[in-house]
Amino acid sequence: MWNIVFSEIRKLRRPTLFLGTMGAVVFFSALFSSLLFLLIDSPQGNSDRGRVVTREVLSLATGGVQGFSSVGGFLGIIALCVFAAQTAQEYTYGTLRNILVRQPGRLRVLAGKFIAMGFFALVMIVLSAIISVSASVILAPRAKVSSDLWFGADGRHALLTTFINIIISVIGFGTIGMVLGLLLRSPISAISFGVLWLLIVENLLIAVKNSLEDWMPGAQLAAIASGGAPRGIGTGIEYSHALTVGGLYVALGAVVASILFVRRDVSN
Amino acid sequence: MSNTAISVTDLSKKYGERMAVSHATFEVPLGTICGFVGPNGSGKTTTMRMLLGLITPTGGTGEILGESIKHPEKYLPRVGAMIEGPAFYPALSGKENLNYLANLGGFSTDRVQHLLEQVGLGDRAKSKYKTYSLGMKQRLGIAAALLPNPKLLMLDEPTNGLDPEGIQEVRALLRSLANDGTSVFVSSHLLSELELISDYLVMLRKGEVVFTGKMTNLMLSQQPVIIAKGESDDDLVALLSIAEIAGHRAVIRDGAVHVEGPASWAVDFNRAAFDAGITLSQLTPQLPNLEETFFEMTGEK
Repeated sequence: MWNIVFSEIRKLRRPTLFLGTMGAVVFFSALFSSLLFLLIDSPQGNSDRGRVVTREVLSLATGGVQGFSSVGGFLGIIALCVFAAQTAQEYTYGTLRNILVRQPGRLRVLAGKFIAMGFFALVMIVLSAIISVSASVILAPRAKVSSDLWFGADGRHALLTTFINIIISVIGFGTIGMVLGLLLRSPISAISFGVLWLLIVENLLIAVKNSLEDWMPGAQLAAIASGGAPRGIGTGIEYSHALTVGGLYVALGAVVASILFVRRDVSN
Repeated sequence: MSNTAISVTDLSKKYGERMAVSHATFEVPLGTICGFVGPNGSGKTTTMRMLLGLITPTGGTGEILGESIKHPEKYLPRVGAMIEGPAFYPALSGKENLNYLANLGGFSTDRVQHLLEQVGLGDRAKSKYKTYSLGMKQRLGIAAALLPNPKLLMLDEPTNGLDPEGIQEVRALLRSLANDGTSVFVSSHLLSELELISDYLVMLRKGEVVFTGKMTNLMLSQQPVIIAKGESDDDLVALLSIAEIAGHRAVIRDGAVHVEGPASWAVDFNRAAFDAGITLSQLTPQLPNLEETFFEMTGEK
């Protein structure tokens, strides 16, 4: 299987894909973190959807990773696009037949591609963490936010927890992208469907019926990235709920797509 | 150990109500070049895909290099293939594409540059695949098929898009591979090319095998033809009638009379034409070529 992983990495490291994606990660990670501090006094809010994150919140041990946490959902969308495109393009280019002639173990091919793309996602996340935290550290004094607690044991724990949550969330989004790529066999269709669903359809449905938020796959994965709502406050998705429901969606999709991939004739 | 490279029995593939391949049974001996011919849609590519484990047969059995086609992982490391044209990543160079496939199959990448040079792409190895001409893409596909140093090479229309020089090079390459013991199973619509290089032939028509065996057996089984022409086209009808009166089947085609009959009858034909006041400008006894045999057997044209 490692043959597949290494050959996929060879493909993923090509400059246009690798530098383009990492460039977007750097830009948006810097942007999300910077806006938290630069717009701290803005009446329109300084976080996503107009939320206000105050100086007091940013001064907590978790303050240093607020920006990183905010960009988690965006990293998920990037992962979805990369996983979907890299999977579906094997059908549109006709390269799947080359792959399967050289590696007939289809589940191994799928697992190898997944692991390689997982590495790619991990590089994205590490880079995003470095940029987000660095931007926060640089901008905190200017926004009069104390960063004393960020570097203590609680701060390091917050960084580790956020990092793990974002990995889980991003891999979840990526898996959905891979499933869509396998089902739709076209990068454009898979990315369009995935992004439209996550950014528009889910939000519309939740706007119409608020309780649907607890059952939408994108909302669960976004909640995992942000660490979920505190238990028992009544609003937002709790972490354990998001992990269970999101995990079920991802697992179900992965099983269905794997069965299809293994059994389906390769006739293009 | 089996002495066949490919052996299939009753191999079938059904899509809905349509039989793409119907009870195909044939063998390809080791170390030979076997031409695989049939009109468009006759099931050639479907058969190749089944042999490579890309699609599941509806029925029948098969063996490649002595291993069941139910377990492609057992024989594919020894098989090179190019099916339905070359397919590579456009943003990678020819060399990167081959390195990718070499890594994937667990082969050494040391051979990549040599293979690129062997197919005439040595100086364009670092150019992106998307900048290649059709002929260059085809050459890269052949290089990819040679990556595993195969015991069996399966090529689907390998000369598509190649110029005459390229076609000649591919012909020489296949012959040299066969001389070194590689079995070659090649489909092509260039029947004259296959006639030149093939030892064996499998002919398909509407998913069914209509001939399988040695090329020489096929050609010898065909009725010889005498091609005759008079000084003017007006003589053709009279020549046709002379042949038919003598009990031979004859047709007028391409400005000449084609008469089925042994070469020895050409003398009698010449005499009869002379007696009828016709001076022949051409009188050629010959065996039909593969193309004519193909049309005869597949009912095409």
